[in-house]
Amino acid sequence: MNQTTPNSFRTMPDERGHFGDYGGRYVAETLMPLVLDLEREYRAAQADPAFQAQFDDLLEHYVGRPSPLYFAERLTEALRVGSPEGRGAQVWFKRDELNHTGAHKINNCIGQILLAMRMGKTRIIAETGAGQHGVATATVCARFGLPCVIYMGATDVARQQPNVFRMKLLGAEVIPVTSGAATLKDAMNEGLRDWVANVHDTFYIIGTAAGPHPYPELVRDFQSVIGKEARAQMLARIGRLPDLLVAAIGGGSNALGLFHPFLDDPEVKMLGVEAAGYGLDGDQHAASLLGGFPGVLHGNRTYLLQNEDGQITEGHSISAGLDYPGIGPEHAWLKDMGRVEYTAITDQEALDAFQLLCRTEGIIPALEPSHAIAAVAKRAKEMDRDRIILANLCGRGDKDIFTVAEHLGVQM
Amino acid sequence: MGTRAMTRLSSSFAKGRPTFVAFITAGDGDTAANLDALVEGGADVIELGMPFTDPMADGPAIQAANLRSLGAGTTTADVFAIAAAFRQRHPQVPLVLMGYANPMVRRGPEWFAAECARAGVDGVICVDIPPEEDDALGPALRAEGIAPIRLATPTTDARRLPKVLEGSSGFLYYVSVAGITGLQQAATASIAEAVARLKAATDLPVAVGFGVRTPEQAAAIAAHADGVVVGSALVELVGKHGSHAPAHLRELTAALAQAVHGAHQPA
Ligand SMILES: Cc1ncc(COP(=O)(O)O)c(C=O)c1O
Repeated sequence: MNQTTPNSFRTMPDERGHFGDYGGRYVAETLMPLVLDLEREYRAAQADPAFQAQFDDLLEHYVGRPSPLYFAERLTEALRVGSPEGRGAQVWFKRDELNHTGAHKINNCIGQILLAMRMGKTRIIAETGAGQHGVATATVCARFGLPCVIYMGATDVARQQPNVFRMKLLGAEVIPVTSGAATLKDAMNEGLRDWVANVHDTFYIIGTAAGPHPYPELVRDFQSVIGKEARAQMLARIGRLPDLLVAAIGGGSNALGLFHPFLDDPEVKMLGVEAAGYGLDGDQHAASLLGGFPGVLHGNRTYLLQNEDGQITEGHSISAGLDYPGIGPEHAWLKDMGRVEYTAITDQEALDAFQLLCRTEGIIPALEPSHAIAAVAKRAKEMDRDRIILANLCGRGDKDIFTVAEHLGVQM
Repeated sequence: MGTRAMTRLSSSFAKGRPTFVAFITAGDGDTAANLDALVEGGADVIELGMPFTDPMADGPAIQAANLRSLGAGTTTADVFAIAAAFRQRHPQVPLVLMGYANPMVRRGPEWFAAECARAGVDGVICVDIPPEEDDALGPALRAEGIAPIRLATPTTDARRLPKVLEGSSGFLYYVSVAGITGLQQAATASIAEAVARLKAATDLPVAVGFGVRTPEQAAAIAAHADGVVVGSALVELVGKHGSHAPAHLRELTAALAQAVHGAHQPA
């Protein structure tokens, strides 16, 4: 767009929670005082070394950080086969799938539950799609002894049974949401309805870098541990920064977590990967940036899948974690500024990449980062061999083996 | 600026007795016939819901009405056509649109405000545009003389109230419970206290809604407020009776309006 390039891409949001034209606090008046309280408390926590120390300690000893930085040698070799002469960049992974609970989601949940306790809240709610954020939330609630209610679309409850059972084992109450299309956005609506009715004691742990300010900022900050570690690890291992960062995008939290610490390194390019579902030409995809328009939903102004009347449309992705009609507002801004490039990967391409990683590296990835891996495979072939791609392997695939088996025609 | 619209709203709150505000969702059933039934039953102000796929602040009854309406193919153009036709049939009855930000700003706030003006809409209540985001719609509405009607809630404390009042007009909508539409009901004593607090801070009339269902509740609230809003109980009748809804709506509206109009106001 026609904005001028800022001196830094890392100073957003402004004091009103806006990322350029995006973000903000589009919530009902009942929630507004609470959202302001949260912002005050977050500022206090940021200035409190004890808060940061407790966060770091839990990430190290409970989550298992730092996560490894891994050179995927056999994947790199496999992608060089059939590449033009001299092409085939080196592929590295940030291994956040090795975190406790199997994805990056827990980084954010640790931060938010510490904030909830600082605010004296005694009950936690969250929405979940694939169940990864629900499991991570249920986990931190068990760890700190707080009651936990998870809203999950009835459709997702049916297709993510193992995670539903995990949440229950962890002591959470899982409430299937039947309103609307019974998927992630409806779970988020129901979470917001619970929150307005229980503002006095309840903290809403939002699972991605979206929602009313300050959520997009604080989720990004908690997830930025990914990029901070990766940056230091790269410098320590090879003495330079990567040429290209790649991450899958649902709401955008793992991508921002990786990208944000590199935003002011102009030599580092970035690629966000949306879910193209059955293809961007139809309406069965979940690519809000590439196939949507700016609008207002769930507390923020951002790109949304919607019709000409502003009614939200249902996307589709093989990956329940990417199947959301919106996107975090910072990505909307980064797209308009041209700092990050966005692309999309179909269900089939993600399935192929899923299997490729299993066989070349002995790593079963989640379907979400399989989208990133598919994009890496395309880009690596176009880049010289001395170039370095770093992708966020943000989740492991245990939760997805049933879905994948079904698509491969395997009976389990 | 916008004198006609402002006049319709303010005169309906200046009848020397409390005002009854009736809500239904546009495009749910035969909306024209249903709206006429509300007016015949004695509603002073009509609040017309704009259907939205994701009505976050609404309970089951109004959620279902939104889905019925959208399922029947209701568009934004249909909502304005319903409003414009109502304005033709009822030149004096104030009509307020209530809904969510996204359908309102989709084609730009100026477009929306101009359509409101053309359709004879008097005010707009947008659930998810708080005063902090007023720029998204407020200036466009004010430029067309449409009243931006704000919500105050039990969580709106004294520190915040001036911000809510600044730039709002028509009336102030007090949401009587921290929660969604249709379910819980607040104690009358707490409502009376809250309304007194609001009235001390503004000259705008204060109407109370969320969780009001029966003539008894409405009368109890009307004893302390300038207006009472009922939505879910009416919308449920539309859902239950379909094309036979008007007779039922007329009956309930009459009972509610009578209770509100006759409520004893302390001097
Ligand atoms: C493993 C994994 N990756 C990615 C996502 C998408 O979320 P985000 O874009 O916020 O990282 C999810 C969401 O459930 C997930 O489970």
